[in-house]
Amino acid sequence: MENTITQVTSLDAKQYIVVKLGNEQFGIDIQYVENIVRIQRITRVPKVQNFFKGVINLRGDIVPVMSLRLKFGLEGEDYTNSTRVIILKPEGKEVLGIVVDEVKEVVTLEENQIDKVTYTPSNDNYKYLSGIGKHKDSLISILNIQSIVVDKEVL
Amino acid sequence: MDMNQYLDIFIDETKEHLQNLNEQILVLEKEPENEATINEIFRAAHSLKGMAGTMGYKRMQRLTHDMENVFSEIRNGKMKASDDLVDVLFRGLDALESYLANIQSTADEGTEDNEDIISVLNEILKGATAKQEETPQQQPVQAAVATVVEGKYKQLELAEHERHVVAEAYNEGESVFGMTVYIQEACILKSARAFLVFKALEEQGTIIKSQPSVQDIEDEKFDFDFSLIFITKLSLEEVKARVLNVSEIKDVVIEAIEQPVEEPAKVEVEVEKPEEKKASVAKKEQKQQASKPVVNRSVRVDIEKLDVLMNLVSELIIAKNGLVSINSTDSSDKTAGNFNEQIEYLERVTTSLHESVMKVRMVPIESVVNRFPRMIRDLSKKLDKPMELVMSGEETELDRTVIDEIGDPLMHLLRNSADHGLEHVEERKKLGKNPKGTIFLNAYQDGNNVVIEVGDDGGGINVDKVRDKAINRGAITEEQAETMTEKDFIDLLFLPSFSTADQISDVSGRGVGLDVVKTKIESLGGDIECRTKRGEGSTFIIRLPLTLAIIQALMVEVGTEKYAIPLGSIQTIEDVPFEEVKTVNGQEVINLRGIILPIIRLEEALDVTPLEEEKTSYTVVIVSKGDRYAGLVVDSLIGQQEIVIKPIGKYMETSKIIGGATILGDGEVALILDANTLV
Repeated sequence: MENTITQVTSLDAKQYIVVKLGNEQFGIDIQYVENIVRIQRITRVPKVQNFFKGVINLRGDIVPVMSLRLKFGLEGEDYTNSTRVIILKPEGKEVLGIVVDEVKEVVTLEENQIDKVTYTPSNDNYKYLSGIGKHKDSLISILNIQSIVVDKEVL
Repeated sequence: MDMNQYLDIFIDETKEHLQNLNEQILVLEKEPENEATINEIFRAAHSLKGMAGTMGYKRMQRLTHDMENVFSEIRNGKMKASDDLVDVLFRGLDALESYLANIQSTADEGTEDNEDIISVLNEILKGATAKQEETPQQQPVQAAVATVVEGKYKQLELAEHERHVVAEAYNEGESVFGMTVYIQEACILKSARAFLVFKALEEQGTIIKSQPSVQDIEDEKFDFDFSLIFITKLSLEEVKARVLNVSEIKDVVIEAIEQPVEEPAKVEVEVEKPEEKKASVAKKEQKQQASKPVVNRSVRVDIEKLDVLMNLVSELIIAKNGLVSINSTDSSDKTAGNFNEQIEYLERVTTSLHESVMKVRMVPIESVVNRFPRMIRDLSKKLDKPMELVMSGEETELDRTVIDEIGDPLMHLLRNSADHGLEHVEERKKLGKNPKGTIFLNAYQDGNNVVIEVGDDGGGINVDKVRDKAINRGAITEEQAETMTEKDFIDLLFLPSFSTADQISDVSGRGVGLDVVKTKIESLGGDIECRTKRGEGSTFIIRLPLTLAIIQALMVEVGTEKYAIPLGSIQTIEDVPFEEVKTVNGQEVINLRGIILPIIRLEEALDVTPLEEEKTSYTVVIVSKGDRYAGLVVDSLIGQQEIVIKPIGKYMETSKIIGGATILGDGEVALILDANTLV
């Protein structure tokens, strides 16, 4: 899937899945995305970091699910018909699911369409981002998957 | 050819041969005359050498070669398996094992030559041949060869065309040398050395003739010398230096040839061959470096077990087809009965399939314990205590994952027994015991568990010493000590950094012992306890689950959530009225038939929102670990179920209470409680 589309674009371009958390749009590098599933029954796991919702059964494998909202210090989500779990497979790590409010589209961004993130002392979340992408007239915060899954701090 | 595809097989078989050698040499030590053993040893050593050679592990090959020589002398009755000899042979085996370990991790044998072992082996060999004067083996013969054949190259006759080449060379200002190269007798890879000589020379000139022929040299069809005629611009001294530069070359006799003659042709054919070889060798080297040696873990499976599996799979397919046909022939009444029948059939097949697959994963414990007799022998020498290891139940089977991990803890316990457990000879004699100490290792299956007992008939654990030490170290206070039972003291031994041996030896006693053993065994889902009797010895009893992947569990409900409690740790289930719960020291306890045990409210331990229900009694699941008990309060019981344990992943910092997760019949995930951490 990846190959056929990226062939026609330039080498510096990458594809991102655009998801929504509240009003903000986030982009996830498509190479880390293994699957997108509807929200299903999540089994709560006691005494873990609060941004983990629990575990789900993904075709016989136990996959931990993280709430991106809680991770970013936003309010917890209400599950709606458009809520999705994005199954990520970061390089060299185990599979992990993240809950997002909505999956919008897949966009292709060239490197020059992405700006660096600037340090914002008021908000810690900049460290989870690897850049800000401009697509048409909207802004997409590109998630730094590695930093999201590595971070073990208990909020 | 790429050898890496054979690496797995090589490693497997080498392990087997080494283990075999270890065992057989132990037998040989006891029964030096046992011919069958000697033959077996010789065979194993020989295959080992062959395999190492094929795989290109020269150092390994060389060492096995020298060991094989010794074995061959023993086989021919020219040598006795003395104590010293056996020691050296064991050192050799250890060296081979370290080569193998290297190969396993890097696909390379490493650079350790183990010259000391080889030289000791050779000395023993020489000693043997010197003693047996009627067999004046190699040495004198070689000496004769060396003197007689001094100028062998002179026997080389040049064909017409070769003379022509020589003449032409002279015309062009080059010189022609005849030489005979002598290779050291100890050299194993004569042809490789010869090849190196050829290579060294051809960089600076042309070899026009060799005796024996290049083909024969490649096939190692020559003794320890070969002769050449070589055309070059170099001086005699330079040529000589070049040849001697190749290792394991004993000497070279060289002289200029002055014979003007004719014709080239054949020269080139002969010259090309070594170059071809050179190219292919280079290719091989490259390949070996490039490919990454990942050796997979594997299980050797009995073909019968596979047949059973195959059979079951075919039954499974039949069952599936049965269901499909019911679906297509849609005739109401009959279908229901048929359907149930098929479901039952399917159930039976899947159960058998599960059992068979589990059996495939099972490996006899023998594969771990068979290296222990050798270890005890070494320890016996090192510690200067006569002892023997008695093992039973080596055929007991355990899951492969457990087998892989259990070796070290067992080794630790055996070392402990040898070092601390058994008394010294004098002491044993004084006590009227057999001067030879006994260490035993018994394995047997007990229900769903496998029990391994490791013990000795030594002095047992000095409980007073443990007590004093614990108080000195501040692990317990005097007052605590007053109330502790003997068993409590013994349990102290499993605390980190607690060693009662007064002297630290390199065998054991660095204080990193029993607690590591305990941790490991608990991580495998098992437990360990110690029984000891002063003057009669101590025994460590390890209990391990038969298999890790699938267990029987009791499903319970806490609030609205489902949890699984492994059946192995459950003693009973009790209905306890509210008023029977008392509070002692801030801890809720109940008195269950005379035993006071703490109760743990799971909804608190697991942060579950409590149900708002009117109740008059608690449902308490009594779990135990060793001889300690605790009661877990749950809301309701669902029933017993066979569950598949799945890991929960590394992202979440779960508390220790959660031992994993499992998937229930309806696809829901339930967490497994590790009762051991609650008790």
